[in-house]
Amino acid sequence: MRAQTAGRPVTAGQIPTIGELLDRQGVLAYVLLLPALVILAVFIGYPFLSSLWLSVTDQSVSTSVARFVGLDNFADELGSQIFRQTVRNTLVYTGVTVVFKLGLGIALAVLMNQSFRLKNFARAALLLPWIVPTALSAIAWLWLFDATFSVFNWAIVHSGLADRGINWLGEGGWAMTAIIIANVWRGTPFFAITILAGLQTVERELLDAAAVDGASVWQRFWRITLPLVRPVLLIVLLFSIIWTISDFQLVYVITRGGPANSTHLFGTLAYDVAVRAGQLSEGAAISLYMFPVLIVCMVALLLYLRRSAT
Amino acid sequence: MRTTASRRALTLYLPLSLATILLLFPFYWMLITSLKTNRELIDLSGLPFWVFQPTLEHYQFLFAETGFLRWALNTLTISVAATAISLVCSIFAGYTLARLRFRGAAAIAGAIFVTYLVPQTLLFLPLLELVRQLGLGNTLWSMILTYPTILIPFGTWLLMGYFRRIPLELEESALIDGASRFRAMTQIVLPLAVPGILSAGIFAFTLSWNEFIYALVFTTSTNIKTIPVGVVTELVKGDVYFWGSLMAGALLGSVPVALIYSFFVEQYVGGLTAGAVKG
Repeated sequence: MRAQTAGRPVTAGQIPTIGELLDRQGVLAYVLLLPALVILAVFIGYPFLSSLWLSVTDQSVSTSVARFVGLDNFADELGSQIFRQTVRNTLVYTGVTVVFKLGLGIALAVLMNQSFRLKNFARAALLLPWIVPTALSAIAWLWLFDATFSVFNWAIVHSGLADRGINWLGEGGWAMTAIIIANVWRGTPFFAITILAGLQTVERELLDAAAVDGASVWQRFWRITLPLVRPVLLIVLLFSIIWTISDFQLVYVITRGGPANSTHLFGTLAYDVAVRAGQLSEGAAISLYMFPVLIVCMVALLLYLRRSAT
Repeated sequence: MRTTASRRALTLYLPLSLATILLLFPFYWMLITSLKTNRELIDLSGLPFWVFQPTLEHYQFLFAETGFLRWALNTLTISVAATAISLVCSIFAGYTLARLRFRGAAAIAGAIFVTYLVPQTLLFLPLLELVRQLGLGNTLWSMILTYPTILIPFGTWLLMGYFRRIPLELEESALIDGASRFRAMTQIVLPLAVPGILSAGIFAFTLSWNEFIYALVFTTSTNIKTIPVGVVTELVKGDVYFWGSLMAGALLGSVPVALIYSFFVEQYVGGLTAGAVKG
């Protein structure tokens, strides 16, 4: 086999030249993989291990020598009101946005799957919220939710719905609503475009045949289209859950986790605790609390993709 | 005929227009806010949806009084360098995993995929420590070297798919003609994978351009910042928000990725959906 695929087979007893060595698949493979593996090992593998170490010490910007403290940091977080609030926030934020993004994404994909004029333009425009820098579009949302100058409040007051506008970023519930709106706006295009690609693989003939047999539009959608795109939906969902739980930019720019910690997520809390307050170990522990959920999603995705690849 | 036309308007054009307006509204808002005078910005009596006295003063302020041009240059430098590094690594790794038979291939492919899913918020603290220990704190290198960790996994995964689709026979005939494997890769396989490489490159560039949290924690001085970080951190002084300039900066910072994307929308969507649709 090797003699066939490798250009010049290496005969036994001779010391192979570098060129000959590189023609061995096992050698060439590792040479080619080396740059990628080195970068990933140094800047992902090592930091991951050191975050595990960091989280079991009492390292802060003021301590010169860190002490081993076991799982104290993790236990302390469980007892902390702010951390528990953050867990609740993350559950609400992730749960609500993912449901909306999925629903709106499917609806948008179904719309886009029809033929109409300006379709290419529409498709290009729809992805914009997802491709531009989130930190920058978040600034537009910050202004849109401004206590005094919010255009939503302008509309509410001028349409007579209420005498006074909503204090969007000043009250916990409304602040959460605000970042949820911004997140759904940012994430729906990804759902729509990916699901659209899935819809396009559904064979027209199948739907036409069902229509001939008298299936209604809804029946065709629920019984044929949806089951066929289910793999795509699952993958998009898992990706979105991972990204949403670990979100940072929208919250950092729009609410900074406030008011009164009501919109903190793991990422923004870890940033506040470690970078602003200097409690590195505590911050590392907060970040690591994301890990169990992430690993479940990762394993699910990996198993799923591997199964579908074979 | 008339009823189907009105029904089409109701079930297709109406929801579609509504969706387009909702998705594009924040961009429109950025644009008109950036063109309003400060007086018009805080005038609550007028209609907010239009600019009555357009001005470029916020753009002038952005260019003359802030480090915006420097941030733009930094962002471009970092994005190009990180994209180049990532493309080389991803091409090699993608080719290897798609084409070569060797021990540990499946484990390595799995490990690279897992790193794709590792979010930046999980590792930014130890990475900040590492960056400081390496003496890279507050340098462009801190971003040029760490961004590839976000880009390589995706690029590798994407290119693996492209390489697999290129017929094996093409490569084998080159090998039989006496070409080395490396030559077969660079001269036969790579030219055929150009669309995939382009996708991976565009993706890598946009992701680098948009990156926020690493750039935020690794940099402290104005002249090292990227556009997203500079605009967010330097156009707010205490409680004073320079709304006009904030919007001007946000808009200008979004234009390059929007332009690139609009030229390569097919490759972009192709890359985005490559992984998901395969199943």
